[in-house]
Amino acid sequence: MADFFTWTTLLGILHSTVRLATPYLYAAVGETFAQRSGVVNLGVEGMMLMGAFAGFYVVFTTGSPLAGVLAAALVGALMGALMALVSVTFRAEQGISGIGLHLVGLGLSSMLFKLLLGTVQGVDGLPELRLPLLADIPAIGPVLFQHSILVYMAFLLVPIAAWVLDRTTWGLNIRAVGDNPQAADAAGVPVLLIRYATVTLGGALAGVGGASLSISALNIFQENMTGGIGFIAVALVYFGGWRPYGVLLGVLLFSLVNSIQLWMQVSGVGIASDLAVMMPYVLTIVALAFSTRRLGQPSALTKPFTRGSA
Amino acid sequence: MAYGAMLRGAFGSLPGLAQTLAKATPLLLVALGIIIAFRAKVTNIGGEGQLIAGAMAATAFALALPTWPGWLLLPLTALVGALAGGLWALVPGLLKARLAVNEILTTVMMNAIAVQLMNFLLRGPMLDPAQVAAGTNIPQSAALPEQVWLARLIPRTLLHAGFFLAVALAALVAVLLWRTTLGYRIRAVGLSPAASRYAGIPVERVTALAMVLSGAFCGLAGAVEVMGIHHRVVEGITGNYGFNGIVAALFGGLHPLGAIPASVLFGALLVGADQMQRSVQVPAALITMLNGLVVLMVVSSALWRQRRAARRQSAVAAPSPAPAASAEPLPPT
Repeated sequence: MADFFTWTTLLGILHSTVRLATPYLYAAVGETFAQRSGVVNLGVEGMMLMGAFAGFYVVFTTGSPLAGVLAAALVGALMGALMALVSVTFRAEQGISGIGLHLVGLGLSSMLFKLLLGTVQGVDGLPELRLPLLADIPAIGPVLFQHSILVYMAFLLVPIAAWVLDRTTWGLNIRAVGDNPQAADAAGVPVLLIRYATVTLGGALAGVGGASLSISALNIFQENMTGGIGFIAVALVYFGGWRPYGVLLGVLLFSLVNSIQLWMQVSGVGIASDLAVMMPYVLTIVALAFSTRRLGQPSALTKPFTRGSA
Repeated sequence: MAYGAMLRGAFGSLPGLAQTLAKATPLLLVALGIIIAFRAKVTNIGGEGQLIAGAMAATAFALALPTWPGWLLLPLTALVGALAGGLWALVPGLLKARLAVNEILTTVMMNAIAVQLMNFLLRGPMLDPAQVAAGTNIPQSAALPEQVWLARLIPRTLLHAGFFLAVALAALVAVLLWRTTLGYRIRAVGLSPAASRYAGIPVERVTALAMVLSGAFCGLAGAVEVMGIHHRVVEGITGNYGFNGIVAALFGGLHPLGAIPASVLFGALLVGADQMQRSVQVPAALITMLNGLVVLMVVSSALWRQRRAARRQSAVAAPSPAPAASAEPLPPT
């Protein structure tokens, strides 16, 4: 334990925190948009799996990482549109339709994996991109500025999302739709269209989040490889108070705990690995229990919109 | 051709049929739990974790008392499984009732925690000593004492007495929901928490209780799966029943008796899927996807049912049709 907290370990922990945070960021920021407009999309996990598969398969067959990312976004967006159809147009109970969508994504990605790939294979994923100058900063440089483009984009997404939600008309409309769809409708905001847009966007981002695992972090596709990331991302949106920077804080905290846990295992600190893996989930529950002030929760969250009903 | 293989596998033979009913057993038990929860508007996605808790606790209990007679140990083991499942659901239940923490998220987290806990126990404290001795270390528990094995109903098949237990419990849940005060309260809270609170129903307590009852059924499913099929805890003991039971519950119209045919149908799908995978190489994951589509269709169709009901209601009587929550008289207190 004494030699656990060395300089190298700390930098290593920091490095893997940044890397681990990436898929959570895509999924959680996308989910933030959906929830701000009033739709809880619990199908994120299934969408990530489909994105992970689509991205991997396209890179596997074409060799083009860009095409892979686009394919992942497209497949995620399609599933998002399906979620919107079910929960916005058909006004289905969102908690359950999300689980349905998760099962579709889980089953379909596993099936396609078995039919098209058969076994776990690897690809050359996205290359590491050394940011000039920044990466040359001693110690911190390589830790923060030597990642694949998907990692940078994930962190860039946070200020963009905050700006869109807080400073643009579109963002204002999204918030209006999530807080008071009746009033928004009366003011001429296209409620259903906005919800379709946010859920589809959330799906696309979840897809890219999945692909960040299969073509950037791990460079393989495995059945059920997201292992709950999508569900935790949904929880982190609650934890982050529905604000992109809050979500970022939640994601970083979560990833830090996960990263410490991983490094403790590597360096053989005496905790059973299964119990260590459990810690982030316990932490999430505790965090949820403590983030009950519900500041910023969209009032119309999970409530389907019908014109004319109070 | 694929469908042919599926049907032959599920219903075409006595062993096939027996296997279908064996798979229907945990599905039905989980579905009953899900129904109780959903009726109280509690979305329990934690069936997997509660099932694991039930299976682990029942196994630990039976292994600790290997010399007790079967007539005592067998029912107690099942009960311990149910208790453990209920306890596992108590955490999300209390968090929802007391702090309004979204139970879908917490139950999903509890699933992940249960899986890790099981992995830990099956590799350490509860690892079968025989595995250690043989040096193979396959993560599974020791075998249960034989007196807690549920009787096999058809020799050389997997069908065991648990199926009839599940069917009997389905009838019991129907009675609970429609013939008892607790059942009335559960349904009232599900239909309108605000109206229930006004009527003096302790909404928080009913919410937490519905979640715990739900978990107890899932825990029982785990115990029965151990006592009837595997006779020990193996990795993958849940067989995804925690999720598939939700599908069976929805497909059965959230009615305990409707869940019986729905569970048999999905049991057949699961058996058929295995068969299909063997004979025509269509992955069994297809069934997971189909289950997802079934869920989407069932929840989507709720809108049409509501519209039809609304049309019928407005056609029958223009003057104020009573809202659903107060349509039934209060039971005598």
